[in-house]
Amino acid sequence: MEFINAIIVLLNYTVIPALTYGSQLALGAIFVTLIYGILRFANFATGDMMSFGTMFAVLLTYYLQSKGISFGFLPTALLTIPFAIAIMIFYMLIIDKTVFSYYRIKKSPPVQLAMVSLGVMFVTQAIIRIIIGPSDRRFLDGEKFILKASEFKEMTGLNEGLTIKSTQVLTIFITVVVVSIMFWFLNKTKTGTSMRAYSDNEDLALLSGIDPKRVVMITWIIAGIIATIGGILYGLDKSYRPFVYFNNMLPIFAAAIVGGIGNPYGAFFGGYVIAFAEIFLTYAYKRFFVYILPESLEPNSLIQLLSTDYKFAISFSILVVVLLFRPSGIFEGKKI
Amino acid sequence: MKKYSNVIAAYSIMLMLIILVGIFQSWSIALSIFNYCMISAVMTMGANIQWGYAGLINFGIMGYTALGGLAVVLVSVAPVPESWRVGGLNMMTCLALIIGMIFSIKYILKKIQKSKKRNYLIAAIIFIGLILIKLISGPAIERIEAVEPAKFGFLGGLGMPVLFSWIVGAFFAAGLAYIVGKVALGLRADYLAIATLLIAEIVVSIIKHEDWLARGVKNVIGLKRPAPYEIDLQTSSWFINLVERLHSTKLAAINSLSEKQELLNQLVINASSVYVKLCFAGMFLVVVITLLIVTQKALYSPWGRMMRAIRDNEEAASAMGKNIVKQHLFIFILGSAIVGIAGAMMVTNDGLFTPGSYRPMRYTFVIWVMVIVGGTGNNFGAILGGFVVWFLWVQAAPMALFFINLSTAHLPETNALRVHLIETAPYFRFLLVGIGLLLIMRFRPQGILPEKIIKQ
Repeated sequence: MEFINAIIVLLNYTVIPALTYGSQLALGAIFVTLIYGILRFANFATGDMMSFGTMFAVLLTYYLQSKGISFGFLPTALLTIPFAIAIMIFYMLIIDKTVFSYYRIKKSPPVQLAMVSLGVMFVTQAIIRIIIGPSDRRFLDGEKFILKASEFKEMTGLNEGLTIKSTQVLTIFITVVVVSIMFWFLNKTKTGTSMRAYSDNEDLALLSGIDPKRVVMITWIIAGIIATIGGILYGLDKSYRPFVYFNNMLPIFAAAIVGGIGNPYGAFFGGYVIAFAEIFLTYAYKRFFVYILPESLEPNSLIQLLSTDYKFAISFSILVVVLLFRPSGIFEGKKI
Repeated sequence: MKKYSNVIAAYSIMLMLIILVGIFQSWSIALSIFNYCMISAVMTMGANIQWGYAGLINFGIMGYTALGGLAVVLVSVAPVPESWRVGGLNMMTCLALIIGMIFSIKYILKKIQKSKKRNYLIAAIIFIGLILIKLISGPAIERIEAVEPAKFGFLGGLGMPVLFSWIVGAFFAAGLAYIVGKVALGLRADYLAIATLLIAEIVVSIIKHEDWLARGVKNVIGLKRPAPYEIDLQTSSWFINLVERLHSTKLAAINSLSEKQELLNQLVINASSVYVKLCFAGMFLVVVITLLIVTQKALYSPWGRMMRAIRDNEEAASAMGKNIVKQHLFIFILGSAIVGIAGAMMVTNDGLFTPGSYRPMRYTFVIWVMVIVGGTGNNFGAILGGFVVWFLWVQAAPMALFFINLSTAHLPETNALRVHLIETAPYFRFLLVGIGLLLIMRFRPQGILPEKIIKQ
């Protein structure tokens, strides 16, 4: 019994939150990696682009709520996803047409494109703040919990409760579905194969008749879908605040590089690596050990490896270590 | 002279703009913009040395700025004897432990051949060292932070003159740059950008959360100043006399004695803030001009030519026998040290150290916009970039407000759109800076003042 209690503690406070946060990071990291692999630049506007899509989901949710439309026990925001994605893709294609395509055709070095993406970051951030303002917004409605701690205790008779929030299940479920569809698309369809070919070797791909414009457009469309969904899931789980989204760019980059930038599988995996490391290293294990150790050995300190203040710093340190020992990432990414 | 005509033109326009602010808003605002422009210019020069001379991309400017600011606290604040008594010894032991760890690892790396055994040994040293440090410092930190938490709660500094901290700030930043350079300089450009960005974030989060060092997010206020305080000026007779003489015609026009006294008081208060800012402006100007002369000399020296050669073609420069790794590391340290000076200057100017305010947007990305807009590889351009972009950054909100009011003048005061736009006016600065960057990148990628290569 003691042992099961200990496992429940770990599940409740570390594994489930880490899986959720990891899924959100993974979607962001796939976004980074797609842009990096196919369009060949580090997109510093990542966080703000995710924020841009989410903003429309928030606004549309408020609109639907004011009309009295809801999605039953699911959050209304799910209904708005298609519209938010459509606006997001439209915005991305406009940005690509007006800004990025010029440098791509000129074959500018990646650094220059990264600098240009800084400009896009500033502009996107301005648009977001002018439209919705910088404040914190919650847009979650519907059923909040799937399983409450008290219900779980009653059901099993354990001391420790297990809470499962609906947003956690939704995040993990939607991430798995979206990512599987994307991998299927990249690996099994003709368009996906042409994208991978373009990513591997641009010149050869052009020789074999792949239309670069089409590849670029489809990349932006897939990236737009993933970024918007990732942003909305994060916003539902925590809350929507432009500044936080901008800051999320940093762990997302860390996840993408740790996994091997340019490699979508790596990015997916990297998101979970970063999330689990952050949560496992900053969790106070006292309660876990209280259950698992005999009474005489019970700890009197929190047994916390690092204070939660250093959450972000951990993911960055992992990145530095990976860069030092395996610069191409855990999964082989593009060669550095 | 003709060679520099566009430089002179650009600088005069910039000065005119600041003078216009002085005339239309107030001289105090104009001077504080001018001071911040100069601080930005120093940061931009640091980034420009790395990017313009050597092609190294450093997105960690925020970290070096924060370290420069930390130097001000550690150098100029008076030590807190109580904190030193309760925890000083432990903290010093930890410092000694860290130094010991570094040296023992260095020794092992040198003496023992590369093997599994060596890796285990190093891992063991780090692991044991960390546990020891945690055990020794933990209680000491608690005790230090308990010493009058509202006022102290940290070890304090050395109590030395604040100007000295500018040099110390440079050394702090150089130290960090040495570590970062050793770790990350081998990476490809965009990886280097991301790595430096994240390392800077680590540095700032350490400064933010180690309260015993510099009070963390509780901020340090009331730092020493190399300039006189406004309140002292307002009570000293020579200053009041000076103000009286400067405004004699204005004062003479007023007949009533009490009104005259009131106006004089107001004038003295305004003049004291202008005077203090002028003092800072003088000091900053000395730094900017010294750096400009030194960097200009360096750029056109054999060393500068070598750096450009390395930037333009690494393989060729390497074939000519230049040690690229060493030179990259050197220039990385040099540029970061200059950014460190700027960080110290900024905290000195503000008189307070607020670790919570170090955000990549303001201290990394805006500085990079300055570098690109001003002109990469040109020191005059870098300074101009600092001025132009900072000016836009500060003046964007008033400008936006003006245009919003103009374009919505026909709408009633309570119109939702109008109210919303007026509320969001501060964010137009992002729009302005972003569009400025995009336009410059597209139509004048070499910046306002492009790099000039003088052939001998």
